[in-house]
Amino acid sequence: MEIFSHNSNVHFLGLRKVSIGIAILLMLASIALLATRSLNYGLDFTGGVQVEATYDNPISVEDVRSALDKGGIENATVQSVGGTRQVSIRFQPKDDKHYTLQEGSSPNLDLISNDVAKALQATRSDAKIASKNYVGPQVGEQLRSDGVTAAIFVIIFIGLYLWVRFERRFAIAALLTEAHDVLVTLGVISLVQREFDLTVLASVLAVIGYSINDKVVVFDRIRELFRSSRKGDAEEILNRSINSTLSRTIITSLFTSIAMAALYFFGGPSVHGFAITMLIGILVGTLSSIFVASPILLWLGVSKKDLMPVTKENPELARRP
Amino acid sequence: MSDFPRWRYFLVAVVLVLGTLYALPNLYLPKPAVQVSANHNAPVDQGLQQKVMAALQAAKIPYLDANIKHDVSRGDSILVGFANQDQQKVAADALKPVLGDDYTAAFNLQSTVPGWLSAIGGRPMPLGLDLQGGVRFLMAVDQNDVVDKQEIRYTQDIAALLKDKKIPFISVARGPTRGNGVNIVLNSSVDRSAASDAIATEYTDLNVTDGASTGNRFVLNAVIKPNKLHELSTSAIRQNLATLSNRINALGVSEPVIQAQGEDHISVELAGVQDPAEAKKVIGATATLEYVAGLGDARDPAVQDAVKTGNIPPDAHLYYNRQGAPFLVSKNIIATGDELVDASSGNDSQNGSPSVNVTLNSAGAAKMLDFTRDNVGKPMAVVYVERTTDTKIVDGKEVRTPKTTYQVINYATINGVFSNKFQTTGLGSAKEASELALLLKGGSLAASMDIVQEGVIGPSLGQDNIAKGLKAVLLGLSLVLLAAAIYYKLFGLVADVALFFNLVILVAVMSAIGVTLTMPGIAGIVLTLGMAIDANVLICERVREELRNGSTPLAAIRAGYEKAWATILDANVTHLIAALALTTMGSGPIKGFGVTLLIGILTSMFTSVTVTHAITALIHHGRKLKTLSV
Repeated sequence: MEIFSHNSNVHFLGLRKVSIGIAILLMLASIALLATRSLNYGLDFTGGVQVEATYDNPISVEDVRSALDKGGIENATVQSVGGTRQVSIRFQPKDDKHYTLQEGSSPNLDLISNDVAKALQATRSDAKIASKNYVGPQVGEQLRSDGVTAAIFVIIFIGLYLWVRFERRFAIAALLTEAHDVLVTLGVISLVQREFDLTVLASVLAVIGYSINDKVVVFDRIRELFRSSRKGDAEEILNRSINSTLSRTIITSLFTSIAMAALYFFGGPSVHGFAITMLIGILVGTLSSIFVASPILLWLGVSKKDLMPVTKENPELARRP
Repeated sequence: MSDFPRWRYFLVAVVLVLGTLYALPNLYLPKPAVQVSANHNAPVDQGLQQKVMAALQAAKIPYLDANIKHDVSRGDSILVGFANQDQQKVAADALKPVLGDDYTAAFNLQSTVPGWLSAIGGRPMPLGLDLQGGVRFLMAVDQNDVVDKQEIRYTQDIAALLKDKKIPFISVARGPTRGNGVNIVLNSSVDRSAASDAIATEYTDLNVTDGASTGNRFVLNAVIKPNKLHELSTSAIRQNLATLSNRINALGVSEPVIQAQGEDHISVELAGVQDPAEAKKVIGATATLEYVAGLGDARDPAVQDAVKTGNIPPDAHLYYNRQGAPFLVSKNIIATGDELVDASSGNDSQNGSPSVNVTLNSAGAAKMLDFTRDNVGKPMAVVYVERTTDTKIVDGKEVRTPKTTYQVINYATINGVFSNKFQTTGLGSAKEASELALLLKGGSLAASMDIVQEGVIGPSLGQDNIAKGLKAVLLGLSLVLLAAAIYYKLFGLVADVALFFNLVILVAVMSAIGVTLTMPGIAGIVLTLGMAIDANVLICERVREELRNGSTPLAAIRAGYEKAWATILDANVTHLIAALALTTMGSGPIKGFGVTLLIGILTSMFTSVTVTHAITALIHHGRKLKTLSV
């Protein structure tokens, strides 16, 4: 079975002005979104409120969760504490005027816990609030800086590897496309205001890995075709490379998406964020492998002679000063 | 087929067998158990076992088995297995009053992995807190304590250095506020510049500056450089990590996760433990040891006076020992527990009385040598410092008050000059000696710590999560398998077999090196499985291309594998770099995910290239092929 005609010859490079234009537009839009709406940071990053509730009779975590959802308290982390009659509820109160005290900017714990109690008692009258607390964001700060450091290292080392294995221009093109993919992925997360927690951060970092993997496959074919072709017309070779790797590019993202979709629909709420971010990232990464990476390469002026294996015993080279 | 040498078949077979073997323990679910262990050196023997069994029978709690487990590093314990968690809970509650304070009854999990599998090192993947439930503590290293200790140390070192170089000085003392370094007061500006040079050359970690000079007082200020302080706090974290690991191992918790978090935090996760008070007893007792000069014991009139009037000399502390006898000890610390390399109990060679043999590291040894040279015949004390944090709710807010208790655990006369190895005698009994040795060895923290956060996570979330995660893995896997088989026919089926083995080997490697499985880890497995097929897609597409270009089937396979390999390598190395960064720089869930991804990329490179090649070679071996099913 073949979904894609093997002799497809779509002139992707011909669309480069349009595709790069769209890419730049998307990047700018993402930057604007991140600057204005920011990310909806989760508890891991912001800290929040922790309320412990006790019940006279056993209750399941799922019931508590649905009661909170109905009561308008969203994205709460509910965990059972010790037995089956006590639960810990952690969530980030919306920065509502209603919760903010007159004198300070910190939310009013009593008001919040009253709301939690109301939400819980709507379904179970035996619910009681045992304690309420702030959870500090300090650890989140540290983990956030770890994540940023990790991302920077990933970018530097991948760039170096591509420079050594391919050529400088490939490293630059890959990193530029990479920046595009990460920005647009973050932009989408910001647009839909999905909660940005640690697992989402992990998946943004995984998107970097996935999308670079995707680009390298196309680059590899470009290198191969440059070396084997006689003429070495850059635009034609780049186009041929994209076309001949097209079915692989799409099949792989299809397969990975299938796995991620399974995770999204059946993996439970704690991996929702991870799976959906991965799905967005896979889509963005696949499109940029086809439409963005190679045009950048063309503009950077990649040519046949850059990619020929260096032969040391070349008398021509030896005679040069 | 000549393409695929025999040794590679052998390699594939060996890896597959080993992978299956080491993945196997995960199929044996552990059963809930209660572990009874001794707090001090109380005996764990048949008598105790009888007592435990009798208590359970009296409470009518059915148990599966009760065995004494001998463990050299963790100490003996009795493990009682139960059919379910409810019985485990009731049993622990029933045992606690019977056992008293000398023993702890803690929740644990008993492995059901058969003996022969354990014998070859097979063990199941430990489950993370999010999957199994347990207790989590976040501890902060007290940075003030790090600064305090270091400034006191430099104060002594500088005084010794000036004495050594024969530079006269009026005083060497710590600055009035913490972090202001050491103030040295000298007689003349000549002395000051000499001292400044001497200190700067000897201690390159200090910033030496001239202070105010009035008449005949010439002040010099030595402040610890910021990067040295940073280095000190990171090494304090490292030392504390090691100490905590020792202590928690002694508790007998299965698979604790103890890791540094950020600059000055350590997170401790005890999966399977449900009672934070029990765990806090051990890790909350953040203890450290100090060797200090003894200034007097209970017979001393100065000590009696201090006890009576509360007038303690400014350079001394009034501490008590376990029996309540008072002692005066110097404020200056000679050596601390973090400079201790080893401690063992034994008998004094001269009179046969119990003793503890201590080995210090070189820094501690130098200071000990200096001190003992000047103080033979004088007393030295070992002080045990314990920090606990009381948490109270005041006005709805948590208020934490750290409490520090000091106890003199040994007070003895210095018999001779010694440095790195020395003997502490004068102990009451052999038991006391071995207890002290244990305390010395396991009880030293480089800097004190406070528990800043604690939480219990219930297992119900875990069971829910693990079932969903498992379902997602299996569903994702079967969908990808199906898609590959439909799209690539026979080659797809071969890839499917390889993908399945990839899961097996991935699980085997994670189990063998003891990676804790967390929910992000499961997400990592799913992602790995989705991406592992990429190598096969590359190979299959290549083979198809070669066939289209008119190659013979066998040549197409050969060229397909050869040409795809370069791409697979490049693509996977870049991906590997990303995973490596996540593993080394991330923490918490990011790290768990990174480790899984890292191992997954490595195993998938093997299975999707070498294993599929072996199977393909086996299928097409010796056949005259006209077409390929790809």
